[in-house]
Amino acid sequence: MVKKVLEGSHAVAEAVKLCKPDVISAYPITPQTHIIERLSEFHADGELGNCQFIRVESEHSAMSVCLGASLVGARAYSASTSQGLALMYEVLFNVAGLRQPVVMTTANRALSAPINIWNDWQDAISARDSGWIQLYAENAQEAVDYTIQAFKIAESHDILLPAMVCIDGFVITHTYEVVDIPSQEDVDAFLPKKVPYLPLDPENPIGYGMIGTPEVYEETRYLIQETMEKAKKKIVEVGQEFEKKFGRPQGGLIDTYKLEDAEVAILSMGAILQTMREVVDNLREEGVPVGLIKVKSYRPFPKDEIRKAVEGLKAIAVIDRDISLGHEGALFTDVKSALYGSGERPLVKGYIAALGGRDFPETTVRKIVDDIIKVAKEGKVDKEVEWPDLRREIL
Amino acid sequence: MASKVDMDFEGLASGHRACAGCGAAIAVRLILKGTGKNTIIANATGCVEVFTTPYPECAWNVPYVHSLFENTAAVAAGIEAGLKALGKKEGINVVAIAGDGGTADIGLQSLSGMLERGHDVLYIMYDNEAYMNTGIQRSASTPYGATTTTSPAGKVSIGQETRKKFVAEIAAAHHIPYVATASVGYPRDLINKVNKAVNIKGPKFIQVHAPCVPGWNYPESKTVEIARLAVETGLWPIFEMENGVITSVRKIKEKKPVEEYLKAQRRFAHLFKDERGKKVIEEIQKLADENIKRYGLMD
Amino acid sequence: MKEIRIHGRGGQGSVTAAELLAVAAFEDGYYSQAFPVFGVERRGAPVMAFTRVDEKPIRVRYQVYTPDYVMVQDPTLIPAGIDVLAGLKPGGMVIVNTARKPEEVGLKAENVEILTINATRIALKHIGRPITNTTMLGAFAGATGLVSLDSVIKAIEERFTDKLREVNVAAIKEAYEAIRG
Repeated sequence: MVKKVLEGSHAVAEAVKLCKPDVISAYPITPQTHIIERLSEFHADGELGNCQFIRVESEHSAMSVCLGASLVGARAYSASTSQGLALMYEVLFNVAGLRQPVVMTTANRALSAPINIWNDWQDAISARDSGWIQLYAENAQEAVDYTIQAFKIAESHDILLPAMVCIDGFVITHTYEVVDIPSQEDVDAFLPKKVPYLPLDPENPIGYGMIGTPEVYEETRYLIQETMEKAKKKIVEVGQEFEKKFGRPQGGLIDTYKLEDAEVAILSMGAILQTMREVVDNLREEGVPVGLIKVKSYRPFPKDEIRKAVEGLKAIAVIDRDISLGHEGALFTDVKSALYGSGERPLVKGYIAALGGRDFPETTVRKIVDDIIKVAKEGKVDKEVEWPDLRREIL
Repeated sequence: MASKVDMDFEGLASGHRACAGCGAAIAVRLILKGTGKNTIIANATGCVEVFTTPYPECAWNVPYVHSLFENTAAVAAGIEAGLKALGKKEGINVVAIAGDGGTADIGLQSLSGMLERGHDVLYIMYDNEAYMNTGIQRSASTPYGATTTTSPAGKVSIGQETRKKFVAEIAAAHHIPYVATASVGYPRDLINKVNKAVNIKGPKFIQVHAPCVPGWNYPESKTVEIARLAVETGLWPIFEMENGVITSVRKIKEKKPVEEYLKAQRRFAHLFKDERGKKVIEEIQKLADENIKRYGLMD
Repeated sequence: MKEIRIHGRGGQGSVTAAELLAVAAFEDGYYSQAFPVFGVERRGAPVMAFTRVDEKPIRVRYQVYTPDYVMVQDPTLIPAGIDVLAGLKPGGMVIVNTARKPEEVGLKAENVEILTINATRIALKHIGRPITNTTMLGAFAGATGLVSLDSVIKAIEERFTDKLREVNVAAIKEAYEAIRG
């Protein structure tokens, strides 16, 4: 293992290289470009072995190439974001439905219009129902670690679902920070060569992509859903195995911070958690009883883990960097639905913030914590959803 | 390791759900004799996919995947890349099969990408000249004057108002080693071309004219006859183009007027009703003559 | 934690300077982080990049609003209205690339140290082009002591090869000495 200062994208590229993909296929789009540029350099220098790097004409084709490659038993990787992920949307469902363990990085970015190249989660959130496992990384180190684990989780024959590692565009992809890059030897031991499951092979002809009539289609959804439940356990197990091998704790499906004696908690995903942890520390010093909940696995969604984590809390603030237009933040909806069936549950309030790359400074976090403490004190939620960093003056 | 024509190989099992007289089904059966069994098929959404794969049944005796409508070329490219990466490509033919909608319209971009990148893939477009699977809607490959459910002939419309987009020429513009046209009216020619193509390294494209009984509206016993009439009138030129140069054409011995082809199909019936239709037929004749000249179909 | 903000114009290598500074700090045993104001880069447009240096892992990910140090690669940014002193902590320092004296650069602030260095001249002399980002890092090391000269040189050596490495190191050394007087 070597610690170095690396750009997040370059760290991801290093991780992908360590996983020895057989086929990489991608289409350039900001802020994913630095990942595939660095992989292109590795390829150009012959550092990717026999890996086929297919530079396609669209994201739709990128994921389709990964699908074809995976079907013959190859380990396939792609990366995209935003409009690219939206263009890929149809293929995402197809890859999951055909149970192909493709792994991709999503460098999370907002969706047009207006065109905005900056970071929020609307792209991946909008693909949440596709049957892909979605892991959200907090920093470059997690982006590296989750990438390596994603292949292992996805390729397990009791899972066989594609996995997406979501990393905040720019905030992680374009930031230089200290990252520990594992050795090839360790990664090889952790992630052996892919063992294909029923590949396309003329020696043993089988068919993929049959018509699922009303008599059988629903069962395919049931089986994926059942597997998603299994994946919850698998994600934790693979995380533990990773920790044992590489020494870095990987948490479970969620991670909690200073929650034990907290009265309120702030809950979110991705890179903003890093700032939120800092603010929790600062507020604790000021005597504010606040803790933090991180959702690492957005799909499958850690319902039971969240129920357990919030026990004894008075109120939680859910911060979404996305919005299901016409309703509310997607994470907020998910958290509330997870808690609906539990007996004693805290008050929950949603906050939509940091959309389209808006900075998320300590002041915004403090505003949210102040508000949720007020909710806890008053014992009721007046307004379900707040936009704490909205610029009302330009509306 | 050259792939040989295998006339005994039935890559497409009987019992599939195609209409009687289906040109596309004939095409697929012949194609697989040309590729032999060491072949992996990527198939677009469309008639062929629907009539060969009602789960849990599958009519393909070769490994097969249907992914989506517009991505067949890309899936085939991925299959090829995957095999290459795993050192398994040698001796395996990767063949994409898609209809005219999946090729001339929605799949044109991924086809172009695959051809341009030089994948060792044979892409076969079975051209039945409309979206037959969804109920005979017009595609870019629907011929001028044909009535379809979305280009219906009417009081002010002659049917399809536009000229057929010729994808074989578009494929040729990618500087690929092999482009050919064929027809289910000439089975041996189709089989031989498929076999020749799979033995050439790099991207190959074959466009197969494949009549559709309900779409073109003719008796199911007439598929081969109509396919041949298209060739004999000059409306469907049959040729091979290798590295950008036409290397063979099927010559027309005795040119037939386009009326003979048109009147055999109800999709052109409205053209025989009035003066307006007559003018359209004259235009169609010009298109046939243009083909004859352009591809040197007559001595 | 120390926070550094670099002002420049697109094409002057401000983002690279922030990265190299992060690498140098890491070489000195610190944790570090560097990133630009994310966006569409256009040559000549005002840009900002940030570096954070700390003894413990750095978590915060928002922009630097209250820097300890500011570097100004292009003095024309000041009359152009860029507030390079914005948020600068009391007792903070700003280093401006200019031939002028500190009192002549058009910056007024109390309890802030203003230093100047003719990085353009030094860069032209050694590198042959007015690309001042590496030269400014030499000055930064000399003026602040936050990172060592050795580590800045190491960062440069990791980044550049051959002749480019040599000339950049020479420029850094001269700037380091020059600002220390």
